[in-house]
Amino acid sequence: MAERVTEPRDRQQDEEARGLARPLGVRSDASGRAGDETAGPAQAARQAIFELRDVAVAYSGKPAVRGVSFDIGKNEITALIGPSGCGKSTLIRCLNRMNDLIPGATVEGTVAYHGQDLYAPQVDAVEVRKRIGMVFQKPNPFPKSIYDNVAFGPRVLGMKGNMDQIVQSALERAALWDEVKDRLKTNAFGMSGGQQQRLCIARCLAVEPDVLLMDEPCSALDPISTGKIEDLMLDLKREYSIVIVTHNMQQAARVSDRTAFFTVELGDQEHRSGRVVEFDDTATIFTNPSDPRTEAYVTGKVG
Amino acid sequence: MSAHGQAIGRADPKRRAKDRGFLALLIVCVGISVALLGVLLVDIVTDGIPRLNFDFITSFSSINADQSGIQAAFWGTIWLMGVCALFIVPVGVATAVYLEEYADETRWYNRLIELNIQNLAAVPSIVYGILGLAFLVRGPLSLGPTVLAGGLTLGLLVLPVVIIAAREAIRAVPPSIREGSMALGATQWQTIWKQVLPASIPGIATGVILALSRAIGETAPLIVVGAATFIAFNPDGLDSFFTAMPIQIFDWISRPSNDVNDYLPLAAAGILLLMIMLLLMNSIAIWLRNRYEQKW
Repeated sequence: MAERVTEPRDRQQDEEARGLARPLGVRSDASGRAGDETAGPAQAARQAIFELRDVAVAYSGKPAVRGVSFDIGKNEITALIGPSGCGKSTLIRCLNRMNDLIPGATVEGTVAYHGQDLYAPQVDAVEVRKRIGMVFQKPNPFPKSIYDNVAFGPRVLGMKGNMDQIVQSALERAALWDEVKDRLKTNAFGMSGGQQQRLCIARCLAVEPDVLLMDEPCSALDPISTGKIEDLMLDLKREYSIVIVTHNMQQAARVSDRTAFFTVELGDQEHRSGRVVEFDDTATIFTNPSDPRTEAYVTGKVG
Repeated sequence: MSAHGQAIGRADPKRRAKDRGFLALLIVCVGISVALLGVLLVDIVTDGIPRLNFDFITSFSSINADQSGIQAAFWGTIWLMGVCALFIVPVGVATAVYLEEYADETRWYNRLIELNIQNLAAVPSIVYGILGLAFLVRGPLSLGPTVLAGGLTLGLLVLPVVIIAAREAIRAVPPSIREGSMALGATQWQTIWKQVLPASIPGIATGVILALSRAIGETAPLIVVGAATFIAFNPDGLDSFFTAMPIQIFDWISRPSNDVNDYLPLAAAGILLLMIMLLLMNSIAIWLRNRYEQKW
């Protein structure tokens, strides 16, 4: 296994340097209510990076997921699990406004990020995505060289600095540098699926985000590549906050700190939409869930 | 009871006969089209080969069939294609980008544009000639029967072909590439300019070459626009009068030939030269497609 080279950095200082601590827009009325209504004993110590309050997403008026309220902790891995069609992917795509790209998608409720409403009119979706990176289900490298894949983000964002160093550092943090350092100029399509997915992670890390969203990042990978990505996630959570959608319950149990369990419900006009059944520490969800539906799902009786 | 237990024998003779008969019919049809093409080619090659030489390309048209050549028309065609390409590439690609990346298909005006582009591709070329005459040569722009007017007329004619090809090339770039780019904080324009367009260049280039290879053989719109049939100089600018290869060929064919001046071999040589250029362009298109086509 490749050697992991991570640079523990002073996060606070870093954020200030990059302007992350500054508000995205002018409005900041959400900042006062950080997690007070849901803060139970288990959540008291954590610092919330996202606060979701009654979030509902609809496609062309048809609700896909409704009534989602929970906090996503800083420097934690939060797993979203549940059966197909329960709105996990829809929800994760709200967190960096990727749903904006789907015509007819609407988001209601509040998605607060560092206390600011991500959907406030002054907030620019492009600015949001700069800070909240995303890794997709299927590795989607650009049809360019490995180097250009990583350098693309920093280049379009006009990041200053030595590009070779930015690329090397991102590849190192994604545990890919040793495997590709001799073929940086070759096409990314020549890599294995697992390497491609780590390249996509490196690509996100290169733009120095705050949060990594991962939508079933291992579903197209074999167990060895999956293991590498899980190790990587545990490594990265020291610097980043991670949200992962997964169908693999062992994966959720292995890597995550908190887990939200979603289910599909019949709503108005017989329309199916997703809801959160339970959100708690991963250990609690998997060993002592409070809702029978969660228990049935995590023990494999349903789904 | 089905035929489970029976031995597998020959098929029903009637069904076999029908099967073979259909295949024979297909072969006859293929044969007819290939034979027609073959006769045409042999006829043109036997007539034209003796005249197709370096002098033919470097001589101007002349009353004297023996001294006549295609130089003015050859360079006229090159100029026309240049103007045409400079017009269709930016306009065609920009239209395709708008329709594929920005247009909301639920809006009536976008659907109307789309419908019109499909229809424009099927409008007879003479209609474009009349459009060019009314709006470019005379009327609002009053460019006169110049290289610029001719090239733009041909450009309008093949613009739908370019738009349709470019749209297909852009659509072939998977949405995951756009998502990957946008998720890094790239704007929509950066995503299009740095990811989508580079990935669709082979398809767009192929479409442009095929569009030009349609434009190069067009005669009717150029006649309407007022291309000269007899010119003894090469175009020297956008405002220059011009003739083009199909026009020159048309002119030679329509002249009365006699023992002293036989124009038909000239026409055949012109057709050969035009076909060689066409084949060359189409080969480049095929090569581009095979060489750079992105496998996703």
